[in-house]
Formats: sequence, C-alpha cells, structure tokens
Amino acid sequence: MATATGLHGQDKQMTNGELGLIILAVATTFGSVYVAAKAYTPEYAFHAWVLAAASLATVFGVANRYFNRPAEMPQQVIDGKPNYNYGPVKFATLISLFWGVAGFLVGLIIALQLAFPELNFDLPWISFGRLRPLHTSAVIFAFGGNVLLASSFYVVQRTCRARLAGDLAPWFVVLGYNLFIVIAGTGYLLGITQSKEYAEPEWYADLWLTIVWVVYLLVYLATVIKREEPHLYVANWFYLAFIVTIAVLHLVNNASIPISIFSSKSYIAWSGVQDAMVQWWYGHNAVGFFLTAGFLAIMYYFVPKRAQRPVYSYRLSIIHFWALIFMYIWAGPHHLHYTALPDWAQTLGMTFSIMLWMPSWGGMINGLMTLSGAWDKLRTDPVLRMLVVSVAFYGMSTFEGPLMSIKVVNSLSHYTDWTIGHVHSGALGWVGFVSFGAIYCLVPWLWNKRELYSLKLVNWHFWISTIGIVVYITSMWVAGILQGLMWRAYTSLGYLEYSFIETVDAMHPFYIIRAIGGGLFLAGTLVMVYNIYKTIVTPEPALEQAGSPALVPAE
Amino acid sequence: MSIQDHDSHKVDSISGTTTTGHSWDGIEELNTPLPKWWLTILYASIIWAIGYVIVYPAIPLVSSFTQGAFGWSSRAAVEADLAELVQQRAPVVAALSKASITEIEKDPKLLAFARASGRVTFGDNCAPCHGAGGGGAKSYPNLNDDDWLWGGSAEQIYETIAYGIRSGHPKAHEGNMPAFGRDGLLKPAEISQVADYVRALSGLSTATGYDKAIGAKVFAENCAACHGDEGKGNQELGAPNLTDQIWLYGSDKATISESIINGRGNVMPAWVGRLDETTIKALTVYVHTLGGGR
Repeated sequence: MATATGLHGQDKQMTNGELGLIILAVATTFGSVYVAAKAYTPEYAFHAWVLAAASLATVFGVANRYFNRPAEMPQQVIDGKPNYNYGPVKFATLISLFWGVAGFLVGLIIALQLAFPELNFDLPWISFGRLRPLHTSAVIFAFGGNVLLASSFYVVQRTCRARLAGDLAPWFVVLGYNLFIVIAGTGYLLGITQSKEYAEPEWYADLWLTIVWVVYLLVYLATVIKREEPHLYVANWFYLAFIVTIAVLHLVNNASIPISIFSSKSYIAWSGVQDAMVQWWYGHNAVGFFLTAGFLAIMYYFVPKRAQRPVYSYRLSIIHFWALIFMYIWAGPHHLHYTALPDWAQTLGMTFSIMLWMPSWGGMINGLMTLSGAWDKLRTDPVLRMLVVSVAFYGMSTFEGPLMSIKVVNSLSHYTDWTIGHVHSGALGWVGFVSFGAIYCLVPWLWNKRELYSLKLVNWHFWISTIGIVVYITSMWVAGILQGLMWRAYTSLGYLEYSFIETVDAMHPFYIIRAIGGGLFLAGTLVMVYNIYKTIVTPEPALEQAGSPALVPAE
Repeated sequence: MSIQDHDSHKVDSISGTTTTGHSWDGIEELNTPLPKWWLTILYASIIWAIGYVIVYPAIPLVSSFTQGAFGWSSRAAVEADLAELVQQRAPVVAALSKASITEIEKDPKLLAFARASGRVTFGDNCAPCHGAGGGGAKSYPNLNDDDWLWGGSAEQIYETIAYGIRSGHPKAHEGNMPAFGRDGLLKPAEISQVADYVRALSGLSTATGYDKAIGAKVFAENCAACHGDEGKGNQELGAPNLTDQIWLYGSDKATISESIINGRGNVMPAWVGRLDETTIKALTVYVHTLGGGR
C-alpha cells in the first residue's frame, strides 16, 4: 500500500489506504441504511443495519488509528531483523478460540436435540435445522478459518523473513472475515439460507466474503513476493493452494442471482443434477483445500518447529503436494453415488478418491517421520503429542475416506451416521487437534512468554478431548453400520425387515453416547481457553525481543 | 530434481541424511527419497483406476460416455434388482390380489405374506401418527385395542384406510363433533356440567357443584344423538364410546371441555390412489390382526 508520509517524519499524512477505506466505508454506511430502509423483510434489514454499523465503526476506527499513530509508517526491518506484524495474528488467534467454544457448544446442543427432540422447544430460531448450519459454519469457517488466518499470517512472515504486506489490509482481512461470520451465523438463526451445505450464506454475504478473500490473497502474495528467503517453504505452497482454490470454489458454487437488492433471497444459476454436482465439487474440495491443504500447511510449520527436527522428506512434500492438489479436485462425485449423477461421473469420483489415498498419506508420513530422532519429546511435551495425534487422526480419516468412496462400501455407509463419524474423526482429531497444537505454540511466541501457563493443563486437555473423540467416533461407527444394515435387511418373504422409524429409534442410545463424547471435547477446549488466558495475563520478566519470540519447546 | 546442485550439504546427525541446504525460520528439510511402499501403493492405485475405467462406464464423450467392458449401468442394475424382487413376490401377490380378506386370514401362507407386506406399508405410511407398533398417541387412535371409532371388522378397516376420515375423498368417513361452545350451542355452565357427566360415565371423579340431573339433561339433548343414550358411541358416525375409559384426547376435564367447546375433526388421509388395491388389502390384514380386530 502506497504511503504518502513525509520522509522527514514531521508532517503526518493519510495513506491512500486510510483515505480510500474511509471514503468506501462512508459510502457503504449510507448504502446500507438505504437498503435497510427499503428491505423486504426485517431479517434482511437487520443485516443491512449490521453492515451499516460495521462501516461506521470502520470510519471511526481508521480515523482514530490515524490520529494516534506516529507520522512514519512501521519500518519493514529493525536492526537487520524483520519487523513482523503480529496484531492481526493475535486477533485471529483469540477470536478462533471464541468461535471454537461457541461452535462446539452448538454442536453439543444439536447432538442432544437429536437424542431428545424436546430440546428444540418448538422455537424456530433454535430448531435443529437452523442450529446445524450454525454449528458446521462456526467450527469450519469461524474456528478453522480464523486459525488459518492467524497461522498463515504468522507463517508467511516467518518463513519469508518479511513483514506482512499492507498496513490496513491485514486488519481488513481478519475483521472483514469475522464480519462475514457474524452475518452468516445470525442469518441462519433468522432463517436466511440458500440451502447449500457448507455454503448456506446468501448472495450478499458471499459477495462480501469474495472481497475479503481477494484482499487476503493479495496480502499473502505481496508478502511472498517481497520475501528475503530465496526459496518458498512448503507450508506456503499449501496456504496458497488453500486460498486460491477456496476462491474458485466459492465463486462457482455461489453463482446466484438475487431477486432484488432489497431481498436476501437469490436463485442459483445451476439446476438439477448439475447443481448437485457443483455443490459436491465445492463441498468435497472445501474439505480438501480448507480442512486438508490449509491445515497441512499448519502441520508443516508447527510440527518441525515444535519437534526441532528437519522435515522428513523434501521430495515427498513436493510429490504429495502436487498429487494431492491434482487428485482432490476430481473426487467430489463420490458424494453422489447411486443418484441421478451419470455413471461416468461416479466412476471419476471413486477412482480419484482411491488414487488420493497415498497423496494424502504423504502428509502423514512427513508429519510423523519428522519426529524420528525426537520421539522421546512426546513423553514430556503434551503440545507436540497433540500435534502428532492430530496427524495420526489425519492418516486414519484419509484412509477411511477412500474406503467409503468405494461404491459397495458407500451403498452401506451413505446417508448413515458413519459419515458423521468419519467427518468428526477428521474434524475433531485432525483439524481440531492440529489447531490446538498450533495455538499452544503461537500464544507464547506472540505474547513473548517463555512457556505456556501450564503444560499440565495441556495434558488434561489432551486426554479429556482424546477420550471425547474416541467416544464420539466409535458410537457413530456402530450407529452408522447398524443403521445401514437395518435399512437393507430383508425378510425371507422379500420385504424390508425394519421401517425407517424403527431405525431412528435404534439410534437413540448412540446419540446419547455421541453427545457425551462431544461434551468431553468441549470440556477439554474450556481447559485450553483457561490456560491460554492465564498464559497471556500472567506477567513475567520479558526475556525475549519482540522480533524473536521464544522458540524453546517444553522440556 | 537437482537437489545436489545446492551449495550446502549439511548432514543431519540423527538420521545421517543430508539436508536440502535451506533453512526457513530454523526449519530444515531432509533429502530423504520417497518411501518405496508409498510409491508402490500410489502406482498400484493408479493401475487399478485405469482397470476400473476400462471395466465400468467412465469416459465422457460428446453426447454419451464409454459404457465399460460389460455394459454395466447403475440404472439397469437397480431395475434388475427390482424386477427380481417383483418376480420373487409375484405368485403370492397374485394369490393375494384374488383372495378376499377373509380367505387371506384363513390361509396361513397368505396371511404371513400379507402381514409381512402390511407391516412394511404400515411402517412407512402409518407409523408416523399411529406409532411403530400401532400403539397410537394423543389424537391418534391405538390400533391394538378393541375400541374402534369407525368399526373393527376387516371390511370397516379397509374402508377407513382406503378412503380416510374427513379426507375430502367422496367415500370418506364424515361426521364432526360440533363446536358446542364456540358456536354458542351450549353455555359455559352447561359445558361444565356435561363434561363432568361424561367423566362420571366412566367412573371418574366430578367437580364440586356438579349436578347430575343438569348434566344428564344436556347430554340427552345434545350428545346422545351421536354418542347414544348411554354414551356407548356409534361407529356409523365415528362417535366414540365414552364409557370405556379409552380416551383419544385425554380424560381430564379441561380436555373434555375443549372437545365440547371447539369440537373435533381430525383427518386421516385416503390411501386409495397412493397405495394399490393389493397393498391396501395386505395393510388391512395387518391392522386387523394386530390384536383388536373383530
């Protein structure tokens, strides 16, 4: 971002970015108020008011920042060391914890609603149908998304030895992304949805996310371009694959036309089976590029860093990166086995899912084998243990995925709770644990602490949540396979053995066990939040310079 | 890949492997070759995929796609499966469609088949209201007992299933419980008295201030036409027996008063047109033999 600051540090001038953002925010404020006044529904008007409030806050925030900042912009390098920008990283780290707890809690509530439907309380806002997307979006996009924002902005700076590009832009990305989360989440509760799984937000939220995402890509690329390292570290390839592909997926799957600028309602450009195919091409690659590529980037930085060992194989990292990127994008049709989707497309989805097995495992091998020579650290460092177990869960669910994509297996598993179990072994075990591990590393580094407040509490978190995950996924395996077998059971007279409602009834005990597993996972997270809070607020003599945070892992 | 070209060849002391010579924020990379087993499985999965593509429908062409070595298609497979099932059931279904309900119930083989078929139909269509075992729920009659609103003979059950109750079908059972309170036919005091009278009919307690004479008078003038002089009901009109301690909506005075004030007119859909003749027959046999059939 161009700066117009006087070189002699005397006269303070607004940067183009500050001025431009204030003008845009003022215009957006008036535009939002106009839309709010003419909105067709009060729900949509509420969202217009939210945007108006956010725009107004931007005007005051940017102006206030301008009056309080020194005339000169922050230096790129101080004393030969990069002047890293950690503000947006800190914000995204903390808010990821907030969304994590919220998302896990809503997950627990809907798990209990499935076991005890009375808990819907006959209120539309908290009915299962509205809370379910709130849960999935909160954990994937709010929790996972903020962990990705925080870690990517940290890792790209450290591995490129360059200050994050832009002055306001990184803040625009993290705050703008969280505004998207607020609009999406409140929209679900108010009943605003375009009914596409994992892409429920309506057109205006999608447009806003597009703007934020483009700025995210630009900040990331600009930082990579001005790097001081001659080569690009592998974590950055994964982050870039994640950012670029999510942009493409988001644009294609949300190609919809609003009925009016004054209405939240829109119609999607695709129809019928094409719409289903686009949706699952999106849905599967959201798993592939958001929850896999993005979090593999985290793994590639935090595991070697914490273990203080070199990455196991550079060659494997290149081969499995490109194989993963190439194979993943075709595997989506396995979500539509035995449907109206043409057979050739189902074959495509299944064969690429099988071929995807080894490329996925490349990441697991590189993660686990990086520990060779440092396995003893698992005994003493629960953070490293959390990271390693996350990689093990990653390996397990990326074996289970190709298995479930095989048509004969899928004919049993599809539409059952096995799928829910599979998703959660990846979500809780892999994405959750690798995120927790990264946050446990990041917080002392960002806040200049020598160590976490308590490694003992990390240990408690690890065991409570691990037991929770195991309880969760085993109950769903049993439930899912039972459900699938009940659905297909025939009597000797050629009639179905069980009515659908009997299979629902049979799920009840497993739904209770699942809720207990989810409750344990949430409890572990609360232990973490306390630990992180104490780490940040407990004072200690500052031993480290701002430019070089503590890198010493637990002993 | 010319990793060898890089200037640094630092050897990692623990693994004995050289590094690539780069270091990012202290992270280095070993120059380990690809694991053989990994590469072998990767190639094997690719070869398997090529084989699968040859055998099964796979490659999109301009207006069609390759059909695979055996011409397999999921649509043809499901049609073959269904045809096989239809064929398997065909002889018994044919016998079932010819036989009357009485004949079916006398023939053990036909009865077993009809009950198996009826049970599935019941689970998919009736269980959401009447419960998986036909046990009923508030507002939805229990089908296991011998208290029938519209008759418990096989023929009567068939009529009820086929045409429904207040379903809009021309042959549907009609007859509403009028809204005596809402329409001003009875005064609140009279409703209170007759509600207590109805409770007394099945031996339930009555509120203070209950006057049997008034209750009986109101009942005789307003209710007896359908429910009978003794309150034993009339299946021609779907008027429930009020003396048998079986309550569709509840036996407390508030619920009974609500029935009298606002009337009742629950709907059961007509299944003719949605289920075929033989299926309805089998369903009738299933319900009739649940335990309460007459």
